[in-house]
Amino acid sequence: MEPLTILCSIAALAHLTAERGLLPFQKLQLQKIQRSFVSFFEWFGNVGIFFGRLVWATITPPYEGKEFLRQFDELGAKSLPLVALAGAATGVVITLSTRDSLVRFGAKSFLPAVAIFSIIKESGPVITGLVISGRVAAGIGAELGAMKVTEQIDAMEASAVNTYKYLAATRVVACVLILPLLTLVTDFCGVLTGWLTHTLTDPISLRLFLDHGFKGMAFKDFLPPTFKTMVFGLIIGVVACFQGMRTSGGTEGVERAATSSVVLASLLIILADVLLVRLILTFFS
Amino acid sequence: MQPTQFTPGNGERAPLVQVSLVHKSFGNQAVLKGIDLEVGQGETLSVLGRSGTGKSVLLKLIIGLHKPDSGSIRVEGEEITRLSAKALNEVRKKIGFLFQQAALYDSLTVEENLAFPLRRHSKISEEQRKERVRELLAQVGMERDAHKLPGEISGGMQKRAGLARALALEPDILLFDEPTSGLDPITAEEICNLMLQLQKERHITSIVVTHDMHGARAVSDRIALMKDGQVLMQGTFDDLRKSQNPFVKQFLNGSEE
Repeated sequence: MEPLTILCSIAALAHLTAERGLLPFQKLQLQKIQRSFVSFFEWFGNVGIFFGRLVWATITPPYEGKEFLRQFDELGAKSLPLVALAGAATGVVITLSTRDSLVRFGAKSFLPAVAIFSIIKESGPVITGLVISGRVAAGIGAELGAMKVTEQIDAMEASAVNTYKYLAATRVVACVLILPLLTLVTDFCGVLTGWLTHTLTDPISLRLFLDHGFKGMAFKDFLPPTFKTMVFGLIIGVVACFQGMRTSGGTEGVERAATSSVVLASLLIILADVLLVRLILTFFS
Repeated sequence: MQPTQFTPGNGERAPLVQVSLVHKSFGNQAVLKGIDLEVGQGETLSVLGRSGTGKSVLLKLIIGLHKPDSGSIRVEGEEITRLSAKALNEVRKKIGFLFQQAALYDSLTVEENLAFPLRRHSKISEEQRKERVRELLAQVGMERDAHKLPGEISGGMQKRAGLARALALEPDILLFDEPTSGLDPITAEEICNLMLQLQKERHITSIVVTHDMHGARAVSDRIALMKDGQVLMQGTFDDLRKSQNPFVKQFLNGSEE
């Protein structure tokens, strides 16, 4: 059954049961479930409206080139050390764990290929998405949230500035474009440390490691997984800007905006990855 | 009690801001319940009332940050509730807004805060822009603090910088949201003096939302007293003082009769 149908059935059942003679605390629980259910759909509806306004703000002139470049540097360049480190760690972990499994099955010679395929096709893009979601989504959510509760966003609108264009579109576009570039960094560092880990136990030249690793790899194995991170970037940017720009409730609200941006963006990245992997396999395998 | 009938400026000044029968609710909470106000050219109107009566909401409605549920808001004759985003922005350029907490952009220095509206909306050269920022800083006595971040200056200085930013585009109308709240009496007096100076030099039209009766009396031509989302009474300070309405008397005296 479709997930939507299941959710609708639960809601209908909750509504029907609420009408019957239930104890007050049971009614209260049901009302809570109903409210959560409604707010779940409300959230998606509001994100949809926000996204529509964002797309319109992005494609219509005037364009905020200067602010976009500032965001590109702020969100992208400053994330480089983080993704490099995450990529390096991933390379070590994948090589170590894969080596152990392959040795057991007597297929140790496949180690470079398995490690490189694993990093480039899945681990690199997902790790980049999740690491950037942690750094950037929290940053955007907290920054815009603080601007909202201190009326800076209102002040900007009162100064006749389109905040969707100036604050949100610049950040979202920067996120979309920066993710594939950062993924390349993660992949590079992962492959490099994968070779280092391998060569510490079984000395092998980098050239031979790469020859073995990339043998049989085509552009269709490399490009779709790298470019799918643009969707991750879109999720990070849209969710964080949306959560930040609708913040209310002072410092506590800012904290909520930052936390919910990271949690929702990470969750949606993992869910989107399931769909994207399926689509990539369908169209590119 | 019926709101006191009033002709702006005794019929001498055309209304620049007209608010008619405006209702505004947030969820189930009705904040404004059919408010009527008019402010004439060059006039200063202070809006007083207890906390939570919708005074700040009224200012945000006038500048189009909120949309009313019903009613009409006219600024310089233009009905702003029906304007497109682009047309509304044109109206906003004619209005300066000093927010309660000044709302300076905290990642920009005081100087950059002042230059922000100029950069976006005026076609003057970089040199002219710098000169204009210097002028604005001099007007509020903050030349030495140009390179400081908002977090490095006091609340009073933030208000003054916020006022300078509101003046950057030489607006026809200024909206003040609690300009003296949270300030010591001397700094509050400085802000009031700045407002009076603006009235004298530029004949600017102002709406001041405040709790500060002393400040309101000093800067206003007229005072509107709000209660339960409506204007209970409006007139000069003397009109309010003569009123026999218990709420007006209580508000002016600060205690129950």
